[in-house]
Amino acid sequence: MSTLNPAAHGAASHDHSDAHGHHEIGFVRKYLFSTDHKMIGIQFLFTTLFLMLFGGALALAVRWQLAFPWKEMPIIGNMLFSGQGGVISPEFYTMLFTMHATVMIFLVIIPVLAGAFGNFLIPLQIGADDMAFPVLNMLSYWFMWPAMFLFGLSFFVEGGAAAAGWTSYPPLSVLKGAAPGSLSGQTLWLMGITFVGVSSMMGSVNYMTTIINMRAPGMTLFRMPMTIWAMFVTAILQAFALPVLTAAGFMQLSDRVFDTTFFKPGGLIVNNAEATIGGGQALLWQHLFWFYSHPAVYIMVLPAMGIVSDILAVFARKPLFGYKPMVYSLAAIAGLGFIVWGHHMFISGMNPALGMTFMVSTIMIALPSAVKVFNWLGTLWGGDIQFTTPSINCIAFISMFTVGGLSGIFMAAVPVDIYIHDTYFIVAHFHYVLFGSTLFAVFGGIHFWFPKMFGRMMHEGWGKVHFVLSFIGFNCTFFPMHILGVAGMPRRLADPYNYPYLEHLLPLNQFMTMSAMLMGFTQLILIANIFYSLFYGKKVGRNPWNANTLEWTAPSPPGHGNFDILPVVYRGPYEYASPLVEEDYLPQTRYLPNDTGPASTHH
Amino acid sequence: MGKVWSAFFVFWAAAAVGLCWVSPHYGWWLPGEAASPLGTEIDDLFHLILIITAITFIGTHAVLGYVLWKFRTGQNRRGTFTHGSHNLEVIWTIVPASIMLFISLYQMDVWQRYRVKSTFDQQAMRAPVAEVTARQFEWRIRYPAPGKVLKDMPQPDDLYTVNDLHVPEGRPVVIKLRSEDVLHSFFLPHLRVKQDAVPGLVIPVWFEALHSGEYDLVCAELCGWGHYKMRGRLTAEREADFQAYLKKLSETQFDDGVTSQPAEAAEDENSQAAEDES
Repeated sequence: MSTLNPAAHGAASHDHSDAHGHHEIGFVRKYLFSTDHKMIGIQFLFTTLFLMLFGGALALAVRWQLAFPWKEMPIIGNMLFSGQGGVISPEFYTMLFTMHATVMIFLVIIPVLAGAFGNFLIPLQIGADDMAFPVLNMLSYWFMWPAMFLFGLSFFVEGGAAAAGWTSYPPLSVLKGAAPGSLSGQTLWLMGITFVGVSSMMGSVNYMTTIINMRAPGMTLFRMPMTIWAMFVTAILQAFALPVLTAAGFMQLSDRVFDTTFFKPGGLIVNNAEATIGGGQALLWQHLFWFYSHPAVYIMVLPAMGIVSDILAVFARKPLFGYKPMVYSLAAIAGLGFIVWGHHMFISGMNPALGMTFMVSTIMIALPSAVKVFNWLGTLWGGDIQFTTPSINCIAFISMFTVGGLSGIFMAAVPVDIYIHDTYFIVAHFHYVLFGSTLFAVFGGIHFWFPKMFGRMMHEGWGKVHFVLSFIGFNCTFFPMHILGVAGMPRRLADPYNYPYLEHLLPLNQFMTMSAMLMGFTQLILIANIFYSLFYGKKVGRNPWNANTLEWTAPSPPGHGNFDILPVVYRGPYEYASPLVEEDYLPQTRYLPNDTGPASTHH
Repeated sequence: MGKVWSAFFVFWAAAAVGLCWVSPHYGWWLPGEAASPLGTEIDDLFHLILIITAITFIGTHAVLGYVLWKFRTGQNRRGTFTHGSHNLEVIWTIVPASIMLFISLYQMDVWQRYRVKSTFDQQAMRAPVAEVTARQFEWRIRYPAPGKVLKDMPQPDDLYTVNDLHVPEGRPVVIKLRSEDVLHSFFLPHLRVKQDAVPGLVIPVWFEALHSGEYDLVCAELCGWGHYKMRGRLTAEREADFQAYLKKLSETQFDDGVTSQPAEAAEDENSQAAEDES
């Protein structure tokens, strides 16, 4: 894109980074159809944050129904459901949790990690001037929009949005008479998922190519920051797993539209309609779906692990403990991630011998996760720990991920899973992994890289207020869900109190709903802080955190082409508190007399 | 400030453990003691994992709290310059690995008895109590006529109920689980039994109710808008009561309101069957 001539704009433009190229590209090319990885990353960030609020609103409606079943929703109830007296109908309830999961997984968590942080950080941290395929990168963002449009549209078509859960198990999702959401909502859902998949795939190809080919001189694989390793492993996971979901999605679409029978057994009578014809197998979908969606769980947490590893080292002022074990455990999680999908299907009716195999592989995947937790604690041990908004969010990640990891063992153990499968225990578990772990890492990452994105700091005090309220709200909402699960409360029931043995759980659910509201409204603080800081935050220089990695040698914000001069890397990313220098940090690009120079041909 | 954050994370961990500790006293725990022998074993395994994970959780958070307190900034010190320790990595790989391997191997036996057909009680397998067919949003139950064996195809003298499953207590019973439309899940929370009903498959499910009583039958797999109200009832009763129930069911079902002939015939057959069995 830019004809990078280091000498030409190195010293001249570092105080005003937009100086070059600014007059060449207009508003549309710069802010909308930008091919600059930083702008695309920021577009992903703002889009996903907005969608997080939308997905959160859906979740609050679910929580409302669980705390005050069949009660009129205050204020918005009559706007949305005037025909039902402001009450959530059971069919709308099924759409709420289906679309909450869909939005949060496919439009928030995956794009905020890979799309926002992956895009922004990969070229900056490996010392490249942009992604390998900038146009592909732009398309990967814009392919999210049709998906958002289709998901949004599905609420307004006949029957409403998809209502078969985000897992879309057939035959519920395939037979049109089975649920209102299976009329046209499900078709739109499948098309939306395909667009999101194409978007992810374009990102994935781009990330792999960029990381393999475009590292700066001296940036060997084992000098890459953990964030890059995590993005790299995630991109590989995406590339191998996603085609299966895409194919399965098309098969389901074809079952719905062309009346094929991949997933439809014959002789089913739904809603007194004619019996179905065919010889499909409902379980086939579950295998195909989870073959993608289990690796997808790691796609949703590995980049967060990378981010946390980087941020913790910076604020412990100490090298990351066990860099190589951290890399290998990432790879181990990704590898094992391909052979554990069956643990979603222990009681689905698949061969019980498979249950045993998948139990062993699933419990063993907790091992690399445990190794990571110990290494993070080792990183903090002996450090000079600074308690900033990014660091406390990342410390919270360790704590929340521990809970999520440990609760996973309960469900990996097949006999115990017989009882807690599909109860609120699993809901607690994956929220601890996806919200507790990943989103706190994302909050940390936003506060940490905000100065690099916009050249201004976020407000530290409000950052901490946001963290404390989110943390309290989160734990008061989700920790009691373990207890609901142990008490045998199944998920996805519009009115669990229909069963007498669950009636006494109502007060606990009401407490959780209050906490969820606290957590939800707290996110407005984050949004306000971001917009306030965009304009009034304290201006900072290149390296406000005294960090080592390459992005901090670029101007804040970096101009088109990122670096003034092509960075040359002399060492790993975590040389904090090095005895070689007086400062407690030693950037990767800083040349010391004893350095042997980069292995410049190493690509 | 560092001390406050250390206390913050320790407090949350303590609160979490405390909540688990007091929950059983408020009844926020397993719905009573398991009402089946296998359920008791599942509960034991659950508690075993709970103890192991609780120790790990408390240990991790004790270390976290200590580290945040001890190594907080502002003490005029520099971080230790270390890149890791090979020995530590080996230790904290092997120790958790052995614990996890133990957990997974220790679970196999119960799973095998619950799901592997060759381990099922053969007598119960030969004479399934009933066929349970899930459909939106009810459980349809088909019993064989008193004294007869359940056939795969419905028979003219089969007995039918909806949402009301009766089984004899004190011995393993098998039901044949099917679905007429979408996926459902046959969940008996008090007996710790759960099995998905899959359209196109007939899945034998066995369980044993230890005591007479009524238990909830819950659908645990999303099956449509009425999923929440797909509620059934399991009644476990003494063998004699169960036979009497079937007999009464047969009488009601075949009562034409004029003659009482079929019912008597059924009664004869039934007493015959009872004698045969004893």
